[in-house]
Amino acid sequence: MPMQLQIITAEREVFSGEVDALVAPGLEGQLGILPRHAPLITVLQPGELMVRADGEESFLALSGGYMEVLGNQVIILADAAEDVDEIDESRAQAAMEQAQQRIANRETDVELEQAVASLRRAQVRVTVARRRRNSPHRSMANRQPGMGG
Amino acid sequence: MPSVRDIRRRIRSVENTGKVTNAMSLIAASKMRRAQLAVTDGRPYAEKIHDVIALLAAQPAGDDDTAHPLLQVRPVNNVGMVIVTPDRGLAGGMHATINRRVAQFILASDATVRSIVVGRKGRDFMVRYTDTVQAVFTDLSDRVSLADTTAISRLVIDGYTEGQFDEVYLGYMRFVNTVQQEPVIERILPVEPAALESAQRVGFIYEPNPAVVLSALLPQFVEMQVYHAILESIASEQSARMVAMRNATDNANQLASDLTLVMNKLRQDSITNELLDLVGGQVAMEG
Repeated sequence: MPMQLQIITAEREVFSGEVDALVAPGLEGQLGILPRHAPLITVLQPGELMVRADGEESFLALSGGYMEVLGNQVIILADAAEDVDEIDESRAQAAMEQAQQRIANRETDVELEQAVASLRRAQVRVTVARRRRNSPHRSMANRQPGMGG
Repeated sequence: MPSVRDIRRRIRSVENTGKVTNAMSLIAASKMRRAQLAVTDGRPYAEKIHDVIALLAAQPAGDDDTAHPLLQVRPVNNVGMVIVTPDRGLAGGMHATINRRVAQFILASDATVRSIVVGRKGRDFMVRYTDTVQAVFTDLSDRVSLADTTAISRLVIDGYTEGQFDEVYLGYMRFVNTVQQEPVIERILPVEPAALESAQRVGFIYEPNPAVVLSALLPQFVEMQVYHAILESIASEQSARMVAMRNATDNANQLASDLTLVMNKLRQDSITNELLDLVGGQVAMEG
């Protein structure tokens, strides 16, 4: 029995459809969600979201957010979410190096905090982008909502 | 009395103006549609986060009883006011309407109101008539993204947490439909969670606890509201411009056809006069 997953950001609905399982970057570690999970509300940290539908795994880069599991419905409110295909790896790489440089030349604690946050976001994007290179797989963007199951 | 040639020149000029205003109205129409779409696309998120905050705020606070900084209600001495206005004119009375509404609010307020202005039209107005402008943001694109607006929301959230503002309002033109926009002023801080519907009371597991989830979501909620106000303002601006420019095009066409009538009359008069002269001359010669 598949679950209904909806990923939305303030700008658009990134994904809506049926999935069999997902692994989300929870605040205190990876969280695996399967159908019939107990009602749960949690904060997500920047990381990759793995979604399995029809035996195929796809990945999204999330930069933090909120997840709610209720019944067979999972809703993710993401600060930003990017599909593998939307990520420009070289740009993410450049952002990562820039952030590292900012950490090295920091002057205030606030700057450090911001630089670390953007470094983490860039790292997530790079990791997710590399997945595509290593294992060609179906992207979520090309799927029609509700095709799974 | 202008000559036929003068009038012809004038008609051509009016027609050219009409072409420009017509193009502007078409451009505004397409930009308006895009801004409306962006508002619609963001609606599921807005509704969900609204519900979630209501749910979380209704949870018992736990060990420490202090409310989250963005929920704390304080006596109001200083007010922050985010004013969203367009950068450009030629949009009918739009910027005058929003500026007037904001000015009324400031005059009626007992507290000191400091303003954070988005857009040139609001900046010009506030800088001229008040001396409490705290920050100015201009040149946001027509396809504004959430990331473009976070600098504004950051300023508001930090100002509120540091006690610089005791309340923060958001003033913008709400898009009602293509011919109607209304100025609105909403309070965004302190956040006032909506009343919880009883159907939403489900025993959730909170990871790690409701307070942490709430404090992660409250800034997002404020950011989302600022972002939406800017989208609404863009939709209003473009629709106001579309209507204003369509009226201008109609007026130009009307003027051109009126002038054409005058020109034809003049030309006919001069032909009649020439004919009369000709006939008069012939009669004189034959006589």
